Amino acid sequence: MKYFHLVWAALFRRKTRTILTLMSIIAAFLLFGLLDSVRVAFTAGNNVAGAGRLVVTSRMSMQQALPESLGARIANVQGVSAVAYANWFAGVYQDPKNQLISFAVSPNYLDLYPELVLPADQRKAWEQTRTGAIVGAALAKRFGWKVGDKIPVQSTIWPSKSSGNNTWTFDIAGIFRAKDRKDAGNEQMMMFHWKYFDENNRFGSGEVHWYVVKVADPSRADAVAREIDAISANSDHETRTQTEQAFQASFIKQLINIGFVVAAIMGAVFFTLLLLTGNTMMQAVRERTGELAVLKTIGFSSRSVLAMVLAEGVLMLLFGGLIGMALVALIVPGMAAASGGMVPIHGVAGQTWALGIALMVLIGLIVGLVPAVRAMRLNIVDALSGR
Amino acid sequence: MKKFLINLGLVVLVAVALAIWVKLPWIGALGLAVLFALWMALTRSGRQTASVTKVGLGTLGQRLGSSLVIVIGIAGVVGVLVALLAMGEGLQATMSSGGRADTAIVLRGGSVSESQSVLVRDDVDAIEQAAGIARDASGKPVASAELVVAASLPLRNSQDDANAQLRGVDEGAWALRPDLKIIAGRKFKPGMRELVVGEAAHRQFAGLDVGKDIKLGNQTWTVAGIFESDGAWNSELWADRQTVASAYRRGNSAESVLVKLASPSAFAQFKAALAADPRLKVEANTTHDYFAKQSEGLSKIIRVVGLTVGVIMAIGALFGALNCMFAAVAARAREIATLRAIGFRGMPVVVSVMLETMLLALAGGVLGAVIVWLVFNGYSASTLNGFSQVMFKFKVDPGLIWTGLKWALAIGFVGGLFPAVRAARLSVVNALREL
Repeated sequence: MKYFHLVWAALFRRKTRTILTLMSIIAAFLLFGLLDSVRVAFTAGNNVAGAGRLVVTSRMSMQQALPESLGARIANVQGVSAVAYANWFAGVYQDPKNQLISFAVSPNYLDLYPELVLPADQRKAWEQTRTGAIVGAALAKRFGWKVGDKIPVQSTIWPSKSSGNNTWTFDIAGIFRAKDRKDAGNEQMMMFHWKYFDENNRFGSGEVHWYVVKVADPSRADAVAREIDAISANSDHETRTQTEQAFQASFIKQLINIGFVVAAIMGAVFFTLLLLTGNTMMQAVRERTGELAVLKTIGFSSRSVLAMVLAEGVLMLLFGGLIGMALVALIVPGMAAASGGMVPIHGVAGQTWALGIALMVLIGLIVGLVPAVRAMRLNIVDALSGR
Repeated sequence: MKKFLINLGLVVLVAVALAIWVKLPWIGALGLAVLFALWMALTRSGRQTASVTKVGLGTLGQRLGSSLVIVIGIAGVVGVLVALLAMGEGLQATMSSGGRADTAIVLRGGSVSESQSVLVRDDVDAIEQAAGIARDASGKPVASAELVVAASLPLRNSQDDANAQLRGVDEGAWALRPDLKIIAGRKFKPGMRELVVGEAAHRQFAGLDVGKDIKLGNQTWTVAGIFESDGAWNSELWADRQTVASAYRRGNSAESVLVKLASPSAFAQFKAALAADPRLKVEANTTHDYFAKQSEGLSKIIRVVGLTVGVIMAIGALFGALNCMFAAVAARAREIATLRAIGFRGMPVVVSVMLETMLLALAGGVLGAVIVWLVFNGYSASTLNGFSQVMFKFKVDPGLIWTGLKWALAIGFVGGLFPAVRAARLSVVNALREL
């Protein structure tokens, strides 16, 4: 530490070169921070609140319906503390482009999602309104909906009995919020009573698309899932039970192999960065041959010269890299807001910071290594005579 | 003050040049290159430039490290940019290549995709009788009512399941997709639990070999054959519609009706006939328009992501190039000052430094594009469309490579300009005195 000012001075000996190199490092780590945040957001299990929730869908296909009667049998499985169910509604509002993430849900559905908060009076009002719907705050804001509004929603799947076509009318009875800003993506949803849906839709009845099961002990989730699947084994509606995380992850995994894409891009970026900063370090040390020789002459050991050059490389990477990552931290909330919560990024995750800093130190050491060894082996007499 | 104004002017010049460059087609760039070559060959300052550039390129070997930084840095930018754009192009090509102007798809009104549409038996019958549909030798309309369900199947090389698209089709389906060829086995027999699978689906999912039995839900289906097609069908499993409908409890319903039009111009007549039928509330599109729309959203997202990543990488590479060229100019300070002292003017020096940078950048661009073309052209990938997997291939075409080279040259231009100006401004006396 006592040599810090020496290292610092050496780093900024040629201001233009160092600043230009820093810019490249900043760009590299800006990209790393953004891509890795996206990767973390899409691959990590979404939240802790989701732990202990299982999703039961048809084994044949996620779109295939299951009988409503299955719910009571699932509730009997040991270790299950609550069962709720829901149907896809696939609503659009006014224009086919305005797709709503909308489901018909059982009365206790919200109890399984403590991360969503609906004021008690609105909850009561919703329960008493047959055609009542609750919407997320972000969705309400998007279309300017208020509690008490009557809204027509087209279902792209289900014809309504009362209107004779695909238009369903809902009364907005409540607006819910996410307890934690991390879950703000959930504020895009709309939910209404399954009973209204079941009575009013012209196709079939008594069917649900998925069950959400709360298990009493999350560590037994796998065993409970197997027991639930055993209920319907060999029937014409076999089920697949997964944890909520696994359910979401399987979606994302099929969407894109995000880990591979990020790794490939970052591989290209860091390889280039290695070359670029390595070149800078070589130049910097070559230029300073005379100075390093003087340092050795006045008593610096070879080893401390080695350490100083290595430290210079690491310092350069840390300096630029941290600025880049800080920029990411500034940009990301804006990005999430601009996408209306659709991109589930909420700041830079701890693991991204850790990985980033590890990479900075590693690259710093690698690029410093060759020049540092050269500086260590420097022969004072040769260097001072300019040979 | 004067220096500041010159710098400001340079920045404005760069912005204008880049704006023009973005719009420039390849023929314009070729014209510029020819003009430049003529200038170099015919004018006095051009010939001076050529000789200065020759000296610069001759000493590249001594600056191997920093020259490589420029080449590889730019190769990285071009490589990543072209790869991401090729992914978008490939996806779009796969999704839209199934579309034709002489076939139309009918969905229930307001439905954006097949999975959202429902057509009951009466709708299907009415649609197939509408005017404008081509008829086969026996006078039957060439049409196929289809039903798509997502079937969960185990992936090859993995423990996981993914969703495959299982399409129930009528007999007319084969005539409606003339590009589709059976490459192994035979077609399924109507009424039997038999499947034919797309070649991409065969590669993606486990157990889809001809003659093998697979389980969908608790039912056993036999794979009768494998087909090949350029379009999105290639990732699908096909079976008889009635059999699929009964297995998935869809009654007599379908999701879409595909029809062959008597001619592409008969589409208006067909559409009008459907609109005039009071029993029907449906929407018809040519498959060409329908598939183009299906792939729009996803390809746009990939494009935006590709350009964002490309811009950030380009900024990084630009600073790298600036850095190296400043170093190169500094290393050659005496040499440049000598040239100036014996009568070379500023202009040839400026142009030669820029030319050198742009040549290095071009080399990097070509390197990146070639690597991407070798590695990624035809590379298979898959994604979700709606509920089911779509397999597609990366498509690196000359247009994309040209885009990549344009980026490379732009980085070279900006990266060379500022060091070149510094080289021209060097004080001859000071540079010669410096050791």
